[in-house]
Amino acid sequence: MEKYLSFDDIKKSLENGETDCKAIVNYYLQKIQTKAHLNAFVEVYRDSALDQAAKVDEKISSGKAGKLAGMVVGIKDVLVYKDHEFNASSNILKGFKSQFTATAIQRLIDEDAIIIGRLNCDEFGMGSSNENTCHGRVLNAADESRVPGGSSGGSAVAVQANMCTVSLGTDTGGSVRQPAAFTGLVGTKPTYSRVSRWGLIAYASSFDTIGIFSRNVRDSALVMEVIAGPDNFDSTASRKPVPHYSELLHFGKRAKVAYLTETIESAALQPEIKANTLAVIDKLKQEGHQVEEVHFPLLKYVLPTYYILTTAEASSNLSRYDGVKYGYRSPNAHNLESMYKKTRTEGFGEEVKRRIMLGTFVLSASYHDAYFTKAQRVRRLIKEFTEELLNKFDYILMPTTPSTAFKFGEHSNDPVAMYLEDLFTVQASVSGVPALSLPNGTDNQGLPIGIQVMANSFKEAELYAFGNYLMELNSN
Amino acid sequence: MAPKMEKEMLSAEITSKYELVVGLEVHAQLLTKSKIFATDTTEFGKMPNTQISVITLGHPGTLPKVNSRVVEYAMKMGLACGCEITRHNVFARKNYFYPDLPKGFQTTQDKNPICVGGFVPITLPDGTEKSIALTRIHMEEDAGKSIHLAEEPDTLVDFNRAGVPLIEIVSEPDIRSSEEAYAYLVEIKKLVRYLEICDGNMEEGSMRCDANVSVRLRGAKEYGKKVEVKNMNSFRNVARAIEHEFERQVELVEVGKEIVSETRTFDANTGTTASMRTKEDLNDYRYFPEPDLSPVVISEEWLESVKASMPPLPRELYHKFVDKYGLPGYDAGVLTDSKEIAMYFEELCHHTSSFKAASNWVMGPVKSYLNEHNEHISDFPIPAKSLAELIDMIDAGKVSFSAASQKIYPEMLQDTTHSPLQIAQAQNLIQESDEGSLLPIVESVLAENAAKVAEYRSGKKGLIGMFMGQVMKKSEGKADPKVATKLLTELLEN
Repeated sequence: MEKYLSFDDIKKSLENGETDCKAIVNYYLQKIQTKAHLNAFVEVYRDSALDQAAKVDEKISSGKAGKLAGMVVGIKDVLVYKDHEFNASSNILKGFKSQFTATAIQRLIDEDAIIIGRLNCDEFGMGSSNENTCHGRVLNAADESRVPGGSSGGSAVAVQANMCTVSLGTDTGGSVRQPAAFTGLVGTKPTYSRVSRWGLIAYASSFDTIGIFSRNVRDSALVMEVIAGPDNFDSTASRKPVPHYSELLHFGKRAKVAYLTETIESAALQPEIKANTLAVIDKLKQEGHQVEEVHFPLLKYVLPTYYILTTAEASSNLSRYDGVKYGYRSPNAHNLESMYKKTRTEGFGEEVKRRIMLGTFVLSASYHDAYFTKAQRVRRLIKEFTEELLNKFDYILMPTTPSTAFKFGEHSNDPVAMYLEDLFTVQASVSGVPALSLPNGTDNQGLPIGIQVMANSFKEAELYAFGNYLMELNSN
Repeated sequence: MAPKMEKEMLSAEITSKYELVVGLEVHAQLLTKSKIFATDTTEFGKMPNTQISVITLGHPGTLPKVNSRVVEYAMKMGLACGCEITRHNVFARKNYFYPDLPKGFQTTQDKNPICVGGFVPITLPDGTEKSIALTRIHMEEDAGKSIHLAEEPDTLVDFNRAGVPLIEIVSEPDIRSSEEAYAYLVEIKKLVRYLEICDGNMEEGSMRCDANVSVRLRGAKEYGKKVEVKNMNSFRNVARAIEHEFERQVELVEVGKEIVSETRTFDANTGTTASMRTKEDLNDYRYFPEPDLSPVVISEEWLESVKASMPPLPRELYHKFVDKYGLPGYDAGVLTDSKEIAMYFEELCHHTSSFKAASNWVMGPVKSYLNEHNEHISDFPIPAKSLAELIDMIDAGKVSFSAASQKIYPEMLQDTTHSPLQIAQAQNLIQESDEGSLLPIVESVLAENAAKVAEYRSGKKGLIGMFMGQVMKKSEGKADPKVATKLLTELLEN
């Protein structure tokens, strides 16, 4: 029988003395072992997790435990943890250990969460299927012939297969929400700048966020209130105070909800996903909420804008992997230029190289204005449109993905088809607003479907409350 | 060995047809304690790769954080040059690969530099004054250092310097001669040292200069194609490089060849420049706004507090010394050469109103003491107040200038516990300038030398010196020469 399916379960078991942290960690370690073929974990911190569990058990018995005592967390291989190796699923970072810990991870540890290991993902967060990884692909536990989504595929499957209580992922254009949809989980992308990026290996700095996978909204809300907030190490982190999201989950008002014609009528949208989305809309209407269809003519520009700007930033962020200071250096080089070329050619995977080339192109002198500068302008338009809409409505509702989990190799030869996976998730990323993906039934093959809710910047509390309400509404 | 002259110099007739056009880019390393985006120390001369945090090395997951002192120093330079200060500052990334550039990009400012416009006034050796307009001043980080050891095939990299803050001061192409370029650099160095933001040492690389040089026919409106010259490590070499480029470019134009837009490097041994890279293989730096730093916003309060902390500037002091103290331009120039000397002189002038005498003392005995002992004015043993007292004693005729400069002043350098008056008294150097007490001495000298008095009166006026010597002898050197001369003349003429 599955155990520890929510942090509330764990807390209850700890409180009534049925279990202790050591037993919880051992339970998850056992699960990790039996589900090893899913390839979610890149490295399991067996010993340090058990040590940490013993310490937290002591704290619990002396009544000094933090609010995440008993929670076991997996972290995506793009978040750094002092004295631990990390690779961003890239050969170019093989063997590199971090000298510091990401702020988000440190805050979890400070509240007595136990870090159990690091999780597979697409290389540098670039991908929508977790097939672009030096660690080998990750299998979707719902159907092992299918992808778990990406880039945080390992983080999704680790929670899906109950190998940890919650996991941290990163979401630059949908990398938490899309795999959450593919694995039937709650995936949260906070407002840009809500969570410090210190210790997050950059893909696209002005889009990158740290997100959370969980089975329910409450666990996510609790983790978010711990990891969010100002940080001296990240000047771009917001200084706004962080509400106690987990205590603000009660939803008792009439909501104004918009859904976008261009998403619900999208030709790419799988019929069952459309049907399930419309069913939620109907339920909301029945419950007396105001739900309106709104046009979003800019939808077709969102994906190109996203890919121009993120690849531009990526091309610069990934310049540091040059073989000079750390990580992989090609043994085949004979001079400086060949060291750069061979190191980067051999060290990076195909998708990463594709995006570096794209980003270099859109920033180059002859195309800068036509692509990068224009995309910056369009980004502002999309952001303004989205924020304005979210001033009129409390939430925007749409499918998380156009399709459910696809088969391995299905999009491997067609990068654009793969990019279309992000069609509905990039709007929140381009605009910087927070978004949740919630489970919304399954398709006729039993594959999970996700529904996405967006709220205005820094409205995580309202988003979580509404998400929680939708989960309850759907279970009735 | 003197550099060999490869070619005959161009005739003045030819060169005078052309005008030299130069713009300078000066990098000044700021004297902040920590780096521009990290807390590592900027201390010079440490063991290689010991001042390197994860931020300096650009480790994955690190983010920069702006050192606000750097912003203040840049603001100070801008205020000193009359620039407009940009309130909303965005950093940018300049992307290129080089082993000593840890992140693969330099964090700098592109579209909105912290200082816009402004000017630097210069004075040429002949006294001509001119104003060189500035385009901009921006903040950026320095790179590390690549080290090539003899007999080592590999390049070594030292990242201690990576992230050390710089400002780049970019002039308009307003400079028309190597003398102007030299004077401009002297002025920039003076400014950064007055502001205490950079030590201005080109030889050690804490100030670096690239020159954009072009030529055009006099009267032409269009600029010629510009050539960027690098690797000059002294003011003198900047001037030499510019002179060489002018000759080289004029020669090319004269024979109808085209000037190539390129970067050239200066060789101090030969005094010539050589091509480094042409425009075709110039880097495309792919600038874009730095997304890892929130914009630096300069509030009114911040700007006002920096304004309030500005020291007096060399130009202001120069004009004050000329206008208020009535000094010759030469004196004012020498005295304002360094802020510390200027401030010492200022303090002197608070205690004495013999401004010219004070200037002479500082430019003469004080400066030569400092030079001889290789000391800084802050180590000078005589407080301004004491020196002013000595100057006033001379002025009042209490001591002779020679006694003051040869006896009292050297003693003051050794003995800081006694005032000049006390030293003069102890050494019995106080002059008799009281006519009443000098008169008997003068009278007795004349009485003892009646024959000479007669000779004097018959026209041998030169004897006055002999009488004077007798008076000094009798007074044991304490007679005020002015008063003694007056008395002697009066008595002899009657």
